[in-house]
Amino acid sequence: PPAHSRSDWIGPPDKHSNLRPVIFYVPPEESALERRLREARQEAQASNQRFWARHNRAFRQEKEEFIYSRLKAKGLEMRDESGRKATLNAEEMADFYKDFLSKNFKKHLQYNRDWYKRNFRITFLMGQVALVRALRWLRRRKKNVEQ
Amino acid sequence: GLFVWHLRNSGGRQIPCRFVHLYHVANDRLITFQYFNFLKRMYVTQCNKDLSQRAKPKSDSIVSPFHELQQLDQEKKVVHKISPVPPVHQLWSETSGRNELREMKSAAETEDSVMPVGAESKEDRQWKEMKLRLDDLPGILARLSKIKLTALVISTASAGFAMAPVPFELTCFLLASLGTGLASCAANSINQFFEVPFDSNMNRTKNRPLVRGQISPLLAVCFAASCGIPGIALLTLGVNPLTGALGAFNIFLYTCCYTPLKRMSIANTWVGAVVGAIPPVMGWTAATGSLDAGALLLGGILYSWQFPHFNALSWGLREDYSRGGYCMMSVTHPGLCRRVALRHCLALIGLSTVAPVLDITTWTFPIISLPINLYISYLGFRFYRDADRSSSRKLFFCSLWHLPMLLLVMFTCKKSVLEKEDKGDLPGGGHETAMEIRLP
Repeated sequence: PPAHSRSDWIGPPDKHSNLRPVIFYVPPEESALERRLREARQEAQASNQRFWARHNRAFRQEKEEFIYSRLKAKGLEMRDESGRKATLNAEEMADFYKDFLSKNFKKHLQYNRDWYKRNFRITFLMGQVALVRALRWLRRRKKNVEQ
Repeated sequence: GLFVWHLRNSGGRQIPCRFVHLYHVANDRLITFQYFNFLKRMYVTQCNKDLSQRAKPKSDSIVSPFHELQQLDQEKKVVHKISPVPPVHQLWSETSGRNELREMKSAAETEDSVMPVGAESKEDRQWKEMKLRLDDLPGILARLSKIKLTALVISTASAGFAMAPVPFELTCFLLASLGTGLASCAANSINQFFEVPFDSNMNRTKNRPLVRGQISPLLAVCFAASCGIPGIALLTLGVNPLTGALGAFNIFLYTCCYTPLKRMSIANTWVGAVVGAIPPVMGWTAATGSLDAGALLLGGILYSWQFPHFNALSWGLREDYSRGGYCMMSVTHPGLCRRVALRHCLALIGLSTVAPVLDITTWTFPIISLPINLYISYLGFRFYRDADRSSSRKLFFCSLWHLPMLLLVMFTCKKSVLEKEDKGDLPGGGHETAMEIRLP
């Protein structure tokens, strides 16, 4: 994002986590409240990034292992004669999906709780910041009118 | 067909729509031919919309993620609107065209999600300023509120209104539709607000406004509040409190029950089916002011319909669900998934047969609807037996035209108010002027 910009910038989805990173603009006269908001957002972003990157990597890895083990059981290789990667059909993969979901169930529950808490907190802070800014703007206008 | 409409003086009849009561018109007359035409047009366009866009009624609940599938046209237009470099636009539409052709052969669900991806892939790789542009706002809010799904929710509510055995009140109808639409917008926005990281990880939903940072969560919540509160108020004060209560309950059910439940238990599908069933009930209560058996039947039909529709669709999305952590029957209990879909296809036949028993439609309804109900049951059986992608797709696509057609047939077989009067079923007013209008 350009150096002179005064707003946040959001980027393309991350390769591992599929989340879009945000670069936060730090205004020179940032108030304590605004700083709390920015830090909350940064923290949430980092935490989400960590979770999903690790989770997706685990998914991909376990999927590969599953395909490999199944193919081996069937007596096939990972790549067939023409060099293309051998895949299992949807019904065979269904076992893996079911397994993966149940294995990660607790992890997801924990993440959900965290995410909802963070989301509410960030939105509430945003509301507070917006309110303060609006009041400040109104006060400034009143002062201008009086002058 | 023959449509007999009954015009009469209201006499001392209670009008369940409070707002209209205030502006009581001396002769309340059914808007007959025009109304039917309007409704027919609405269903016809709904049919077309469905076929090309895979939209579906308020199971914004169940089908909410999938709804994005049909956002193609709208999304593409919005994409081109916000593209900062117009000359490159040509290149993008070319690549998206090529992508289209390439991906056309692959599975249906990915097929539609690739088109927006193809058109937006270049855009996606850029960094964007997180500043809200006012001319983007309508498009963003439309996507936030899942406007097409909302439109279908409104149409199912209208179907409920139309099927109610009372003379048609236009203002009441409009107020009820508007209120339902606003409530649906609010619910959809809150749903997207809750699901940002999960939506980013699923192919279908990764282009939503909150995921792409086009709007802040605060604004999303404010928008939801500014739709939901007036919507429910409109329903409670302008229509009747029962409809308002149902609307509020539905919002709660969708945002606070269904959305979190999606990640905790497969029971979410049943809750979502209820969410989808409530709008027609709301339409009915808006018209009559009470929860009759007819309302529950209509709700029941929509409830049963959700299952073949959603279960068939979710069959092709198992990978995304598994990775995203969504507890869906298609992943955890595949056998149950197919059984339930079939069960509810058959239930539709049963419910259609109950309709004339409850005096909502004539006996022609179960007869005329039997072919389409049998067909969807057949596809449901194929899905149950084969459990593969092609049968799930067939069932899903069938469900898209099945519902509008069923509702349309139901409406055309609606038991006329005149017939009921003859039987002395309805409370008569003081003076009655009965006029029949036979439509060609």
